[in-house]
Amino acid sequence: MSIQLKHVTKKFGEIAAVNNVTFSVNDGELMALLGPSGGGKTTVLRMIAGLEMPTSGDVFIRGQRVNDLSVQQRNIGFVFQNYALFKNMNVFKNIAFGLKIKKWKRADIKARIAELVALFGLEGLEKRYPHQLSGGQRQRVAIARALAPKPSVLLLDEPFGAVDAKIRQELREWLVTLHHDLNVTTIFVTHDQEEAMEVANRIVIFSRGLLEQVGPPREVYEQPANEFVARFIGVMNVLEPEVSNGVARLGELEFPSHGVATGQKLRIGFRPYAVQISSDLTQYRYRAVLRRTFFLGVMLRVELELPSGLVVRARMSKEEYAHQCLEDGKEVTFQIRQYRVLAREQAALPPESELSYQAPPVIGEHI
Amino acid sequence: MASATKFRWRADRRPSQRGTEEPRAVKWALIVVALAFCAVFLLLPLINVFAQALSKGWTYYWDSLADPDSWAAIRLTLLVAGISVPLNVLFGLAAAWAIAKFDFRGKSMLITLIDLPFSVSPVVAGLMFVVLFGLQGFFGGWLDAHDIKIIFAVPGIVLATVFVTFPFVARELIPVMQATGTEQEQAALTLGANGWQTFWYVTLPSVKWGLLYGIILCNARAMGEFGAVSVVSGHIAGQTDTMPLRVEKLYNEYNAAAAFALASLLALLAILTLAIKTFLEWQQTRAYDRAQRPDPDK
Repeated sequence: MSIQLKHVTKKFGEIAAVNNVTFSVNDGELMALLGPSGGGKTTVLRMIAGLEMPTSGDVFIRGQRVNDLSVQQRNIGFVFQNYALFKNMNVFKNIAFGLKIKKWKRADIKARIAELVALFGLEGLEKRYPHQLSGGQRQRVAIARALAPKPSVLLLDEPFGAVDAKIRQELREWLVTLHHDLNVTTIFVTHDQEEAMEVANRIVIFSRGLLEQVGPPREVYEQPANEFVARFIGVMNVLEPEVSNGVARLGELEFPSHGVATGQKLRIGFRPYAVQISSDLTQYRYRAVLRRTFFLGVMLRVELELPSGLVVRARMSKEEYAHQCLEDGKEVTFQIRQYRVLAREQAALPPESELSYQAPPVIGEHI
Repeated sequence: MASATKFRWRADRRPSQRGTEEPRAVKWALIVVALAFCAVFLLLPLINVFAQALSKGWTYYWDSLADPDSWAAIRLTLLVAGISVPLNVLFGLAAAWAIAKFDFRGKSMLITLIDLPFSVSPVVAGLMFVVLFGLQGFFGGWLDAHDIKIIFAVPGIVLATVFVTFPFVARELIPVMQATGTEQEQAALTLGANGWQTFWYVTLPSVKWGLLYGIILCNARAMGEFGAVSVVSGHIAGQTDTMPLRVEKLYNEYNAAAAFALASLLALLAILTLAIKTFLEWQQTRAYDRAQRPDPDK
């Protein structure tokens, strides 16, 4: 086990930025710390690095308790959100800094940097200063600098935050390849669930300082531990039908009561892909009008409006859409293939999603 | 090609290219006013200083500088600047560091205090030291009993100069340090650097231009200060006369040529420091250009 956090809490004044967090990272893993801003993920990363000290709890790196070790002694590589390259040094000197501090021999430094420059595609840029580099180049220099002294762990704080969308996509793929080649234990912080899903082996999800779930991307998507995770990872329709006579109803939609007493409300969640649509008006149980279509590339998202005004979000492929001859304003029928009963308590939800709760009957928000 | 050139030439003659641009007449009027102002108030007096200094020939110029009292004034000025500039660099770094990187109670108070010497008349500053350390002053009796001379002696001149030049370095550094933030330093820490290495390799280089400018201003003021020093110096020829005091004394003695000879040294010093600054900036730009030139990447 490469890194372990045991019951780690970090308080800034009265507020617990990180609250009793326990998880571990295996050797060679590529782990994402995911959550909305203010979730505590960056604080966790900084505590692993030694840039923040936990208020209580223990941090272990390779089995050694590092609470009392300074940043310098932990042998970690840290990449800051804005890269924090040394402005007064050129690329070569930036990457060489850690090696010089660790008193490497000049020839060894040269060899190591030549190796990194080749690996990171920075040939010919060695003499450039940070302000003469593009965003992507800066990021590569920052990672090369962090990796130069051969740290046991690489920590990245929002590594893709400071570059534009197109480069971000390239960098993600590049980071995966790099991790594959070097196999160094890597933890990165992100608020972008898509990024975490695409890049990481496993994801740790935080909100409001609490750890919500740890697991591989597929697991957190398909078996979210709670509603927060379900809604944070991907889109979810959430509704609250009221139970009467053993059936939970909201508008036209009906669900089994799941043991909830009459007069009480049930909480139901389902993914857009669980909604099946047909232009054959006799095929499925519920009728609706296709209100709007969003083109997301290969997949499309559509909004269905039921006669009662309820709105359901669904997802389908472009081929399916064309095959069914769908278009905005067309009448369709649909069914919900699978759904989850959600817990009533909403303690772990971030404040920004509260609003969408107040807007029944149906929500499917990308938080 | 030809038509493009012609078009640009024609476009150039139009009164305004962009909506926000001033008419050309206004632009040129402003440039002329600024240049004329500089010429009349900066360049002309400067030239006059050298003209006056050399009005009686080179021999007289050298002789008046070599005069023992003048030579003593030159040495004293260099000594005072040599002490007060390093002191204020140390103080300025410490204060700027504290203000830019930490939050503490009384921070705004400290900033106000640093500015105090700017808002106090130099004469008043000098008098404050006389009241504190003079024979009739607060510590006067004690100092006299222990045979320590501060007022009308070199220590008093140094004290007054340090006081007057107090804000220069700190004032230049604070905004630079605030803008730089602490991320680069944290990066150095994660790479294994200790506090001293971080300061030496990262913090100091990142504020070097601000520091250099602060030192230049501080030095210019330390060498040129008249008011505060005049009050505490006692004007003892050959002992407590600094260059500015000596210049005034010579001028009052109707020895204008000698006064301007000494003044020309002060002026030269100003020109020299500015030249050094410009040179260093030019070197930096060149270093950047050189770094950019081999460009196989794009």
